[in-house]
Amino acid sequence: MRLALSPDQEMMREEAARILAERSSSSAVRRVIDAGASRDDAIWNALSRELGWCGVAIPERHGGLGLGLFDLALLLEETGRRLLCAPFFATAGCAAPLLAHAASDEAQARWLPRIAAGECAATVAWPASGSLVNDILLTAERAGGEYVISGVVDQVLDVRNADIILAPARFDGEIGLFTLERSAGLHLQSHRTLDATRNIGRLHADRAPASRVDDPARLAHGATRAADWSKLLLAAEQVGGAQACLDLTLAYIAERVQFGRAIASFQAVKHRCAKLAIEIETARSLVWGAASGVDQGADDWEASLDVAGALVAATEIYNLAAEEAIQLHGGVGFTWEYDPHLYFKRAQASAAWFGAPETHLERVAQHLFDEHEHA
Amino acid sequence: MPERAVPDETTALRAEVVNWMRAHLVGDFAPLRHRGHAGDGDALPELRKRWERELASGGWTCVGWPREHGGRGLSITEQVAFQEEYARAGGPGRMGHIGEGLIGPTLIAYGTESQKARFLPRILGGEDFWCQGYSEPGAGSDLAALRTRATRDPATGDWLVSGQKIWTSLAHVSDWIFALARCEEGSVGRKGLIFLMLPLRQPGVTIHPIRQMGGGEEFNSVFFDNARASAEDVVGEPGEGWSIAMALLGFERGVSTLGQQMVFAEELQLIIDIARENGAAHAPVIRQRIARAWIGLRALRFSALRVLGADGSAPLGREALGYKYQWSNWHRDLGRLAMDVLGGDANIISDDPRRARLQQLFLFSRADTIYGGTNEIQLNIIAEQGLGMPREPRGSLT
Ligand SMILES: Cc1cc2nc3c(=O)[nH]c(=O)nc-3n(C[C@H](O)[C@H](O)[C@H](O)COP(=O)(O)OP(=O)(O)OC[C@H]3O[C@@H](n4cnc5c(N)ncnc54)[C@H](O)[C@@H]3O)c2cc1C
Repeated sequence: MRLALSPDQEMMREEAARILAERSSSSAVRRVIDAGASRDDAIWNALSRELGWCGVAIPERHGGLGLGLFDLALLLEETGRRLLCAPFFATAGCAAPLLAHAASDEAQARWLPRIAAGECAATVAWPASGSLVNDILLTAERAGGEYVISGVVDQVLDVRNADIILAPARFDGEIGLFTLERSAGLHLQSHRTLDATRNIGRLHADRAPASRVDDPARLAHGATRAADWSKLLLAAEQVGGAQACLDLTLAYIAERVQFGRAIASFQAVKHRCAKLAIEIETARSLVWGAASGVDQGADDWEASLDVAGALVAATEIYNLAAEEAIQLHGGVGFTWEYDPHLYFKRAQASAAWFGAPETHLERVAQHLFDEHEHA
Repeated sequence: MPERAVPDETTALRAEVVNWMRAHLVGDFAPLRHRGHAGDGDALPELRKRWERELASGGWTCVGWPREHGGRGLSITEQVAFQEEYARAGGPGRMGHIGEGLIGPTLIAYGTESQKARFLPRILGGEDFWCQGYSEPGAGSDLAALRTRATRDPATGDWLVSGQKIWTSLAHVSDWIFALARCEEGSVGRKGLIFLMLPLRQPGVTIHPIRQMGGGEEFNSVFFDNARASAEDVVGEPGEGWSIAMALLGFERGVSTLGQQMVFAEELQLIIDIARENGAAHAPVIRQRIARAWIGLRALRFSALRVLGADGSAPLGREALGYKYQWSNWHRDLGRLAMDVLGGDANIISDDPRRARLQQLFLFSRADTIYGGTNEIQLNIIAEQGLGMPREPRGSLT
């Protein structure tokens, strides 16, 4: 196994970087934030409909490109770098993998082509712990030939922007996966969030009509695999964000002069930037390694430990890089006008998804000490 | 511990290595298993030299060298497979690695035909062992400050070398040294240097071992007093030694680091076993540190695979520039973790080989962040070459 980008991957990455630099620039992101919108319709339409990004990892038979997790991770790295304000992670990073791993053939044929074509934004109403097996917060009941769902999930990503919401719910002592569309019984309320680049809202379902979409034989295992995809993709996004923090810091400190020299020439400053660079590359190695392990069919439990490792490393380096960006900008780093705080807030918000690093570390430790069966 | 077992093009080669090691690392050689790695580099030198000849007889030295020079011409992926299986089988630290990994590839790239013919077969055969004479008392991080002088003997054209090298690993058990010296009177810095190869067993060379903090004597001072390097044993042009010296360091791109990682994995496993036995595994902070160590080791593996995946023609990427810092600091932290897991026992010297190994790890890993470019120098390099930041100013003291 070698970990290098193929020429196609290089090209895809460069193209994504170019498009996002143009359309998700700092001023574009700030316009979305100022409007309180959390979604830039123009760029969302461009990348979902025109560029087909949501379909990158969706199988060809469902209208996608049929590429792997690694390819999708490369895109998320770029969107993270530009603080993309669009439900891309929720749709392509959470909902699509969950459908692909856990839904019935019929439900896949119904939803995946629409997601791939950019006709449908989607999300998953999973508890913040990211576990689809524990902590289920919703309940389903049969109502005639259909189902209705009730309950509250306090934090759902991009809930305002999603056309469908995948909802795991307890049903008859088991767990099922359902889709919720807008209806009278579904109350969605956006939270006001520190990180204004990504919508998070509360879902309150009161006998909201739902369709059951899981294949019971796939659900438990598939949901775990899908959660690994989402965690890995969030890690990729965070690596991109960390890289952006370093890049904008390097640009600033090369220009800023104190004591008659660029502040970038002070060794204390150089060393901090070099350490950031090393840790960013370390996290990127983990993201790439875990993603290509998944693509190459590594054991599930091995893949899942590597994903946990990637997520811990990416979460920590993103927060550190954003902190360092503020510090090395000095006073302007503390202002609304300069960008570090945008990353600082996104880093903080991302750190809370899928459980704290301690939880992931504890899972790794349990495996290393052979304290429970390999899933 | 997870280990990828996806069959690939190296499966047959791996089996060949496993079988060969099983048949040969036995009998007289059995005591060598797991010996001679970092911190234990002066263990059983004579037996390890015999082992190099044993390896050579199986065609397992210099496996990455091109076939025309006697190697196996293995691809990077295959070399990695070889290194991993060698380490997994408990293969001892390689006495021949400076010859095989540093001077050999340098001669293949820059040597004359006669140099290749004279030196390469003896490296391949496990007959000549080499050491590296770069550092001097006044030239460490700032290698270009070196003062060892080489002057031409007008009678023979040979070079007469005087000066002192220091920290020369394994000089006391080596046959040859390659050294960087100043051949132009009054030259400073990187100019006016010469890259020479000298036999160590000659009247002008004195070797004094230096005792290390771990108690061993792996490195030495090497004194030259009109030591002679044959006129034929200059690599590159006199005056151009710096570029050869740097090219040589570039050959250390890291295939062997994947073998080294197998050793790291064994060390981590040892720590896990001990933590389980002595109850340290119940302490949440220790558990997390062990989990972090494991993640860090996976990161090293993936980083190495990225470095090796690059085709080698492009300038080193940031991941490659950062790799030395990444592994050395990981390893140093592992040494600390090992002691914290051992608790009070860490201080007690005993016959328990596992404990001794971890104590050596703790001590020796302090050198990992010094040799081969210190942490601080690595950070300077990454900042300057990787991030394009301003260069360090030079002072005027000499
Ligand atoms: C176990 C071991 C084996 C070795 N084997 C060999 C060998 O086989 N052959 C050989 O030639 N050499 C060998 N070395 C030598 C090694 O390469 C040097 O020790 C190393 O380059 C550092 O040089 P120094 O010891 O003179 O430290 P110094 O250069 O004096 O450094 C002392 C401290 O100052 C810091 N420092 C120096 N310059 C800067 C700067 N510009 N910016 C910031 N900080 C700075 C350093 O990082 C370090 O922390 C070995 C060393 C060890 C420990």
